Amino acid sequence: MSPASKNEVSAGNWKLALKKSNLAERARITTNIRVFFVERSFLEVSTPHRIPTNAPEIHINPIPSGDWQLHTSPELCMKRLLAAGYERLFQICPCWRQDELGSRHLPEFTLLEWYEAGADYRKQMTDCEELLCALVPGNVLIYQGREVILTRPWERLSISDAFSRYASISMDDALVKDRFDEIIALEIEPHLGIDKPLFLYDYPVEKAALAREKPGNAKVAERFELYVCGLELANGFSELNDAAEQRLRFEREETARRRTGRPPRPLPEKFLAELSAMPQAAGIALGLDRLIMLLTNAEKIDEVVAFTPEML
Amino acid sequence: MYTCSDLKKGLKVMIDGEPHVIAQFDFVKPGKGQALYKCKLRNMITGSLFDRTYRSGESFEPASLEDREMQYLYKDESGYVFMDQKNYEQIVLTEATLGDDKYFLVDNMEVKILIFNGQGIGITLPNFVNLRVTMADPWVKGDTAAGNNKPGEVEGGYTLQVPSFVEQGDLIQIDTRTGEYVTRVKE
Repeated sequence: MSPASKNEVSAGNWKLALKKSNLAERARITTNIRVFFVERSFLEVSTPHRIPTNAPEIHINPIPSGDWQLHTSPELCMKRLLAAGYERLFQICPCWRQDELGSRHLPEFTLLEWYEAGADYRKQMTDCEELLCALVPGNVLIYQGREVILTRPWERLSISDAFSRYASISMDDALVKDRFDEIIALEIEPHLGIDKPLFLYDYPVEKAALAREKPGNAKVAERFELYVCGLELANGFSELNDAAEQRLRFEREETARRRTGRPPRPLPEKFLAELSAMPQAAGIALGLDRLIMLLTNAEKIDEVVAFTPEML
Repeated sequence: MYTCSDLKKGLKVMIDGEPHVIAQFDFVKPGKGQALYKCKLRNMITGSLFDRTYRSGESFEPASLEDREMQYLYKDESGYVFMDQKNYEQIVLTEATLGDDKYFLVDNMEVKILIFNGQGIGITLPNFVNLRVTMADPWVKGDTAAGNNKPGEVEGGYTLQVPSFVEQGDLIQIDTRTGEYVTRVKE
């Protein structure tokens, strides 16, 4: 035996070959998703991936591309289409978010987004139920040794109830101490959607920059997250279409961004100008890679994409 | 100084005056929320493991360690013995310090020994090592499907997953950083 020299490093990439069945499954699932939406009269669109600016969000960092940015989500363009009278839209596209790299994150990942005029977040919860049931014949999923029953209806749990059930401190306390996200990630998420998928809903309005307030309760926004086996799969909401309120929220986020030392960005003015023409609508972003992880029983996101940054 | 975005498995940082290595790392971020960096840290002197979660904005001092080129000599009751070929100084590493790296040590192998306050606390092996397969199920003829694998054992007792065509007696290359099979070596 001897230490190997560098030039003996292999012909062919064995790790890439290992992904063959997951990648075939990925292609099959993606096709089925398209069929699901086309059958429901949703129009598939493709909006530019490189845009002048994204919606300012304090915890999402876009990747610059020249003077513009790669989109972190197709949300702004999709809503401009809604405002122009397109009623049901979907898109499957790559999105980019700086520095997000972990067992469930890649800086380049794929989102499935769909938007529907006249709908609210409850309708989109139903869409999620129907989509997964359509993708999983038999409605039973085995993920990392656990059996998840997909039969509708799924569980629905408000954020404030989730805090009282699982968290070590109250939600108000967590918000004041700026520990809201940390408590959700470390204390709450691991319990969610274990035997049956779960919708966590009604987020504090300051945690939903683009969502509509709940009628009769201005502290809460009609936003939800879908969890399956502790995995956060989708984020949906009843869309805010009050342009003045949206501008205020963007300005608040932009101020918070600048306070952390990040370079100033202009607000997406064309989006804001057209927003008041947008009908009442709901929109949702679902992490396609994570959905494929669930359906292929993959522990890490790396297993369901051909190339990760470190392989390039 | 390192920031949270530098954190990854294998990074060495100073915590409370002692060098620590990140043994496990994950990036966690609840929907639209703040990024969290979950680390399992190993104290490089005591070997003790503990969990800590950091939030963006925190910074870390790189561990002040000396990396010395040394040669592996032999193993005895005291542990694994290495020698600096320039001044013939010897350093002994324990089995606990080496962890799985002990399986990849080959006589006369040139390695880097990590030194903190005169004490050997870690090792960096060459990235690849060739070892002979001592145990693996025979190849089922016709099983050429890419992606099929099976357990195998190499000299020294290390076990790993190998492709179905690898058989007992083959020489294979292993990536010492991940412990994973790379390729079969043609002889």
